[in-house]
Amino acid sequence: MSYSVTEPSSRTKWFAGSMVILYAIITLLPLVWIIATGFKSPSDAIAYPPKVVFTPSLEGYVNLFTERTRVTPQMLEEAGEPTKWYDKIVHEQGAVISGKSRYGERFFNSVIIGFGSTLLCMILGTAAAYAFSRFRIPLKDDLLFFILSTRMMPPIAVSIPIFLMFRQLGLNDTHLGMILLYTAVNLSLSVWLLKGFIDEIPIEYEEAALIDGYTRFQAFYKVVLPQAATGIASTAIFCLIFAWNEYAFAVLLTSGTAQTAPPFIPTIIGVGGKDWPAVAAGATIFLVPVMVFTILLRKHLLRGITFGAVRK
Amino acid sequence: MPNSPMEKVAKATPEKVAKRIRGLSDRAIAWIFVAPSIFLLLAVNIFPLIWTIRLSFTNFRVNRPNKDVEWVGLRNYERILGDSDIWMTMQATAHFLLWTIVLQVLIGFFLAFLINKKFRGNDMWTTIIVFPMMLSPAVVGNFWTFLYQPQIGLFNYVVSFFTGADPASFSMIGDVHLAPWSIVIADTWMWTPFVMLICLAGLRSIPDSIYEAAECDRASKWRQFWTITIPMVLPFLMLAILFRGIENFKMFDLVVQLTGGGPGNITTLTSIDLKREAFEKWKTGYSSAYAVILFVTVFGLASIYVKALNKVKER
Repeated sequence: MSYSVTEPSSRTKWFAGSMVILYAIITLLPLVWIIATGFKSPSDAIAYPPKVVFTPSLEGYVNLFTERTRVTPQMLEEAGEPTKWYDKIVHEQGAVISGKSRYGERFFNSVIIGFGSTLLCMILGTAAAYAFSRFRIPLKDDLLFFILSTRMMPPIAVSIPIFLMFRQLGLNDTHLGMILLYTAVNLSLSVWLLKGFIDEIPIEYEEAALIDGYTRFQAFYKVVLPQAATGIASTAIFCLIFAWNEYAFAVLLTSGTAQTAPPFIPTIIGVGGKDWPAVAAGATIFLVPVMVFTILLRKHLLRGITFGAVRK
Repeated sequence: MPNSPMEKVAKATPEKVAKRIRGLSDRAIAWIFVAPSIFLLLAVNIFPLIWTIRLSFTNFRVNRPNKDVEWVGLRNYERILGDSDIWMTMQATAHFLLWTIVLQVLIGFFLAFLINKKFRGNDMWTTIIVFPMMLSPAVVGNFWTFLYQPQIGLFNYVVSFFTGADPASFSMIGDVHLAPWSIVIADTWMWTPFVMLICLAGLRSIPDSIYEAAECDRASKWRQFWTITIPMVLPFLMLAILFRGIENFKMFDLVVQLTGGGPGNITTLTSIDLKREAFEKWKTGYSSAYAVILFVTVFGLASIYVKALNKVKER
């Protein structure tokens, strides 16, 4: 085996590896705790000392999706034997299901607004990025800097006039309003990232296509788009995650019909205090998709978080 | 590209044919492609910004639409800059900014340094460590209040496990002295991976040959670390600090869910304070001036920093 001065010794590697794994375990603890709390019964969730071993229960998930009313034992008996498993869980708390909770709706809003704004942002962003990458545009650098600078503004500061503007236009608390807003916020990211990806595609491909008789537009969607597919996909996931996680605009501009999940989850309360298993269940359903996306994105993660400034 | 092959072909082709073949001109396509994005950004960012600046000179209040709007000149600005409460929130923000950046840079760099030792499975562990920063700060912040509960919270339990203190004896969120640290800890937990990823890219960009040369010159590992590793990673580190600095100056979601600005005003960062003035007290004109001051601060700090960053890169 050849000796290299830059290759760490196996003892160094072992030490580094165990330190990193230790950190990973500590950093995962809160996340594991969220997921575990979702499967605890309310009394297990607030037990002292914190329970690591517990009997799993779906009470949190049932409470998350239902509205319940407390009834007297007499009425409970009159209601008869519960037929469904979730009825049973609710009956054991001495209550009956009185309806659906709003969580489903809020989650669905997050899906619509997230995917809607991502789609729109990708259409606008890809086109703009292509133009910035391939054409001579007057004041190109200034325009690109302007696009980036829109991201530096504190959302609360921007939301004062947006609140007024949306009220004038009737866009307050609507899906369309939120989609447009998130598209605008994400445009800076998508233009900058995609420009980087398109810059990497050799211009010769398009020139060959143009010589073969394609129009510019055909060359764009038959040559460039397929080549940029990975870049577009990872940019789209970044936009989706941002829209999915966004809280400041959502809490100020939506209250009912278009409210997304992040402002809603913290408001989940139970009888006599916070229903932590239900909150944890809601958080779990909301956070796990992002973790999956993170794994899909791992190769482009660095690029995404630095607006394409650092490329590996 | 005046002399590219396609230009030559275009010149050789008769104009009528060229028009039919090439469809829209490049210039038209460029406009069609860029205009919608710029238009949207103007409508959602610049127009509101101008509106904010205009409002900042008035005493307009959204909740009293019938009241006459008066032009008050610079009075809003005078009131804000002379208000001691706002300096308190600025102090809270500075404390938060300083400590999150210090902790994240130290831990993040150390982690990146370890991961760069290329032990087996380092890619997998890197992905796992990155999870917190991709999650919704509001949802996570809300759950951290549960971890910080005295008596039943996991955080207090772990602290008491290692120090022997009674877990019910301290409340991270309720205590005036601990609350500023509670937000620093949660933010550090969330964003250390961000600094780590950027540092890792910096470390990986250093060619092995430099270390080999240093080894030939018999430089000690310690010396190599300070004269090669640190200067080469510095531009990356500055970039990480720039991003974290801007993001944490704007911080709202995580902290508002964690402490809500309390106890008292001890963790009221500027964004939280602004939200109260604008959307709870409805002092629209006043808070517009406040917003303008924040814009100027962010842009000022960022541009000074970018200049410094470029200087480092030039070296």
